[in-house]
Amino acid sequence: MRAGRNPTGSSGVRASAGRSGRVGAVSGTAGVPDNVLSVPEELAIDARGLRKAYGKVQALDGVDLAVPAGTVLGLLGPNGAGKTTTVRVLTTLLKPDAGTAHVAGIDVVKDADRVREHIGLAGQYAAVDENLTGVENLELVGRLYHLGRTKARARTKELLERFDLEEAGGRAAKTYSGGMRRRLDLAAALVVSPPVLFLDEPTTGLDPRSRLSVWDLVEGLVDDGTTVLLTTQYLDEVDRLADRIVVIDHGKVIAEGTADELKDQVGGERLVVVLEDDATAARAADVLRGLTNASAAPVVDGSEVAVTLRTRTGVLAEAVRALDGVGIEAGDLSIRRPTLDDVFLGLTGHAAEDPTDDDSQGDRA
Amino acid sequence: MMQAIGDALLLTQRNLRRIPRSPELLLGFTVQPIMFVLLFVYVFGGAIQTPGFTYVDFLIPGILIQMLCFGATLTGVGLADDLQKGLIDRFRSLPMARSAVLAGRTLADTVTNFFQIVVLVVVGIVVGFSFHTSVPEVLAGVVLALLLGLAISWISAIIGLSVMNVEAAQQIGFIWVFPLTFISSAFVPIDTMPPVLEAFASVNPITITVDAVRALWLGAPAGDNVWLSLVWSLGLIAIFAPFAVSRYRRVASA
Repeated sequence: MRAGRNPTGSSGVRASAGRSGRVGAVSGTAGVPDNVLSVPEELAIDARGLRKAYGKVQALDGVDLAVPAGTVLGLLGPNGAGKTTTVRVLTTLLKPDAGTAHVAGIDVVKDADRVREHIGLAGQYAAVDENLTGVENLELVGRLYHLGRTKARARTKELLERFDLEEAGGRAAKTYSGGMRRRLDLAAALVVSPPVLFLDEPTTGLDPRSRLSVWDLVEGLVDDGTTVLLTTQYLDEVDRLADRIVVIDHGKVIAEGTADELKDQVGGERLVVVLEDDATAARAADVLRGLTNASAAPVVDGSEVAVTLRTRTGVLAEAVRALDGVGIEAGDLSIRRPTLDDVFLGLTGHAAEDPTDDDSQGDRA
Repeated sequence: MMQAIGDALLLTQRNLRRIPRSPELLLGFTVQPIMFVLLFVYVFGGAIQTPGFTYVDFLIPGILIQMLCFGATLTGVGLADDLQKGLIDRFRSLPMARSAVLAGRTLADTVTNFFQIVVLVVVGIVVGFSFHTSVPEVLAGVVLALLLGLAISWISAIIGLSVMNVEAAQQIGFIWVFPLTFISSAFVPIDTMPPVLEAFASVNPITITVDAVRALWLGAPAGDNVWLSLVWSLGLIAIFAPFAVSRYRRVASA
């Protein structure tokens, strides 16, 4: 199927390049020699060069995505970055201006109807009919997938059990809490057990407990082999759920890799020393410079000195000896992994949830 | 094709189910016609001359068409609501017929219109209205009324899909349907209006349909009104239904 569509086999190359975790590897094959061979991997989502403009705003500016079947891709980016537009294109809701996309091996533009049989979508809003009961909502979706009355009914019962909505199933959805609605919405996206699931900011606006329960449900689905594309503004969400992360900003993929790879990219581990006396900070920075890799200067912030490490081995002991040698007292020494927040800040120049970010593309993008 | 009809019927059922569950809708559908009939018959009835008819006989077909037109604006409101809540996105991501959401909505609104006709006629009979013709003619009048309602529903659908906002859909529906129904023969004979309004009223499909229903229910002279009303309604549907469906295909909910 894939070979027929893509006889050059370049997607296999792309996929393997993506696995190497190099930034931008997925955004083009230019740097990869054509003779690199690898077994073409089954891609559940394969998008190339997606472009979409709303008037003057370029919501998507050449987005490439390659999601192997059975994995979770976290699409991370600020408001207006193009996350929702990407999801809308991949779920056949929006035609791209340029580029191609295949979901479950099917072209989303040319064969949209068949794509719809293979996907589930849970959007930013809990898209349930408030006037229908939980049971009626799920049965309606089942019937619209043409499951037939008996099957739709059986599947509804199963899903209500799985999503802990059995008791509420007979009540109108308008009486549900935010978390219950979101669970019902997620259940509606799963009526036909779609092989590819799109979750657009699935936990935005949920309280912490409901977030955890949604995460548990998603993890359960992934264990069953579902491929998930998840968009979010929350770094902890991708950190927990995603196998790989694509960071998107202004309609472009700006980084790609696992959470660890992205963290390594911004500088790996850092030694943070908290000094007893602010006045000794400059001297401490000098002493600690020997531990860092040449490119990164120690960062001094009040009584805190942070250095990016070459290697982790023996660092703490070495740092204590070095500081002791010049008579500087350290109150606390620790080795920290960068967070995805550091990654995001490093890549985009603004924080992930920065409200001042250009929001002119609004919810569409 | 069978699947498209099945999908449309599922959504019709979905749209009808909400009515008994929303007290405000139920109230609108029952109390409003009762109130309008009582107010018009007892407040204006004595002052308005309707040669050849008692005012209540004259009024019921007019108030009926007006009510159906206002009812039809709810088509757009309902669609705007579905858009705002993300339901249209869900439906568009399902492997169902593209026409089903609109067909289901307009069909459901036609069914509620039918029930409104029943309520209105019953109230009318209580205050002295009576049919002067045979059953087939009465039914033909019902069909003409429902067809005009359906035509307005499709126009309203386009508005709902364009503004994508419940309040705006409500406001716009009110702004164009209100004058359209009042500058017609619904409540008064049009020959008492100033010439400009009379000219407008005489070609207004509301006037034509109201007069057609009066002819079919009361035995008034029909003239060309029956077939003209049919042409108007079918013509409006033929123009606006495809427009609405193409609008639906492209619409991106916020």
